[in-house]
Amino acid sequence: MNAPVTLALTLDRLAMRQRAEISSIDWSAISENEGARLRALGLDEGVTVEKLHKGMFGFNDPIALKVGRMMIAIRKSHAATISVVVPA
Amino acid sequence: MSETAPLIVLAGNPNAGKSALFNALTGARQKIANYPGVTVERKSGHFQLDDGRPVELVDLPGSYSLDPTSPDEAVTRSVIMGEQKGERQPDAIVIVLDAANLDNHLRFALEVIALGRPVLIALNMMDLAERDGLTLDPAKLEAELGVPVIPTVAVRSRGLELLSAAIETRLSEKNAQPTTIVPKERGHGLRKQAKEIASLAIIAETAGRRWSERADAVFLHPFAGPIILLAIMFVMFQAVFAWSEAPIGWIEGAGEWAAATVEANLDEGFLRDFLIEGAIGGVGSVVVFLPQILILFLFILLLEASGYMTRAAFIMDRLMASVGLSGRSFIPLLSSFACAIPGIMATRSIADPKDRLTTILVAPLMTCAARLPVYAIIIGAFIPARDVGGGIGLQGLVLFGLYIFGILGAMIVALVLRSTVTKGPNSGFLMEMPKYQMPRIRDILLGLWQRAWIFLRRAGTIIFAATVVLWLMLTYPKVPIDSPVSQVDYSAAGRIANVIEPVVAPIGFNRDMALALIPAMAAREVAVAALATTYAIDAPDEEAEAKSLTERLQSRWSLPTALAFLAWFVFAPQCISTIAVTRRETNGWKWPMFMLGYLFALAYVAAGITYWSAVALGL
Repeated sequence: MNAPVTLALTLDRLAMRQRAEISSIDWSAISENEGARLRALGLDEGVTVEKLHKGMFGFNDPIALKVGRMMIAIRKSHAATISVVVPA
Repeated sequence: MSETAPLIVLAGNPNAGKSALFNALTGARQKIANYPGVTVERKSGHFQLDDGRPVELVDLPGSYSLDPTSPDEAVTRSVIMGEQKGERQPDAIVIVLDAANLDNHLRFALEVIALGRPVLIALNMMDLAERDGLTLDPAKLEAELGVPVIPTVAVRSRGLELLSAAIETRLSEKNAQPTTIVPKERGHGLRKQAKEIASLAIIAETAGRRWSERADAVFLHPFAGPIILLAIMFVMFQAVFAWSEAPIGWIEGAGEWAAATVEANLDEGFLRDFLIEGAIGGVGSVVVFLPQILILFLFILLLEASGYMTRAAFIMDRLMASVGLSGRSFIPLLSSFACAIPGIMATRSIADPKDRLTTILVAPLMTCAARLPVYAIIIGAFIPARDVGGGIGLQGLVLFGLYIFGILGAMIVALVLRSTVTKGPNSGFLMEMPKYQMPRIRDILLGLWQRAWIFLRRAGTIIFAATVVLWLMLTYPKVPIDSPVSQVDYSAAGRIANVIEPVVAPIGFNRDMALALIPAMAAREVAVAALATTYAIDAPDEEAEAKSLTERLQSRWSLPTALAFLAWFVFAPQCISTIAVTRRETNGWKWPMFMLGYLFALAYVAAGITYWSAVALGL
């Protein structure tokens, strides 16, 4: 019961400027090609991301993430397949 | 083999500054072609090593991995593996890395190094890395990777001699294996390894100036972002029309001068007619597009080089997704409002091939500038200039409606295509947004020159040939001198019009219109001149021509016919240049023919519906 308190959610629900670590990706929900692209852009289990921007008002989609020193744009529908934990 | 120059390829992640390095090494002497069977660009150039030996340099498409996820990446992979059709096995591979993005870019480098081929690393954009607060140790990186690492700043031509010397050394020790054999790992392990090596090579890392992020706080703001985008697009369109006016005038003037010169120096006959109406007219109809195309491309290249293009795509993605496209299609489609040619050429920045094809196929539905003269004449003749309330004129409203008609048509067609012929998994919208960068004038000018050349050479030849054929069809056979029939009616085109007439009669078109549609295949605005010719109007200037043409049209066309003609031009693919560019960009005749077919079908249906609705309403 002494585990650090963390908040588990999916990437699309991350708040602005919030940092989180990718805990798992639902590879079955995306195509092999998309999976390869995700990994190619540095989005993989164990990676820390930060939500920097969101799309036009009214949509808030897609979102822009900071991954390492890169900024990556991803649609919310894809982000929903990525689970993250937010350090408390 | 010994006779041909050694082949060096540049590979690396997108946004690593590969093209800048390529430009800096080869200068303006570049050759652009497609790899056989695919629409992936092969950019090659030459440069000389210090010992005077020439080498051929090829700029490979940007890749994140040797596991290809796009046609571009597939070509890069097969060239590196020495398996690409139409390409020799590379004698050395230069991997370009963004110094500020090592841990991400090293993954691709590790994959390539693991193949055991002669590899060099150009550690590029060192200046930006320093500005970002990074201090790197290239020697350490070299030791870890076991291949030569040369720091470069391509945009300032720094480090090029060292790189060229290193290439020379690498070529002479061609069979040498890398000193450190990096185990071939994939996925997770590879990323970890890349990260470890990156952290070893980074001596110091401070926060640095995060100016790029601060700029994005404005440009990607949910409210301010779209407004800024709108403003930039507005300026772009103003420039396309305002700046092109004078050059278009010069081109037309030059054409008239050339025609007058030929007329003064040659006797009447086939050669004179051919030169004036076929050759000079044909070349003119191609070149007259150039000013607008160049201005549009100037903006597109600036937006791309500065890094803003990806921001525009980000802002527009959600809207474009509603018709099955992505934000990447926005700028090409918007450009098509000026002219579909640069729009279609700009689709090269769309990574997903099906997204790209769909964008190309719907681009002609955006109301381009060439439709305006046709719209203006018909609206002026048939739509009364009255106020419909609130200071809104009926004529303007109809014109606006035609634009909306085109946009709606494009949206519906995109949706239909995405679930039929260009069906496929939605590539989503996963892309890197690079840091903002000051565009380099030299690279922009080079890009402009290349686009202009592609248009003039590839499209120009087809357009020119087609224009000459059209001219021949309108001029031959020659009408007998005492015949009451006019030359146009007697010509091959006139006879074809007789065949077309029954086909277009159900949609309310008369024979004169059928005849005007034939020369208008060259470009839509030619329809106006063709109608004037058909109605035997010989006016001293354009204004008088428009005035008397208006009167003729009013007396010979009914309102439903005129409206049907407008509806026709919203959809009809009456532009050989667009077809020619589509052929080039899709690498074959299949898609331009599909485009021709579906657009003519749409035009026919739209004109028919318009005609019969108008008749039913008693207009």
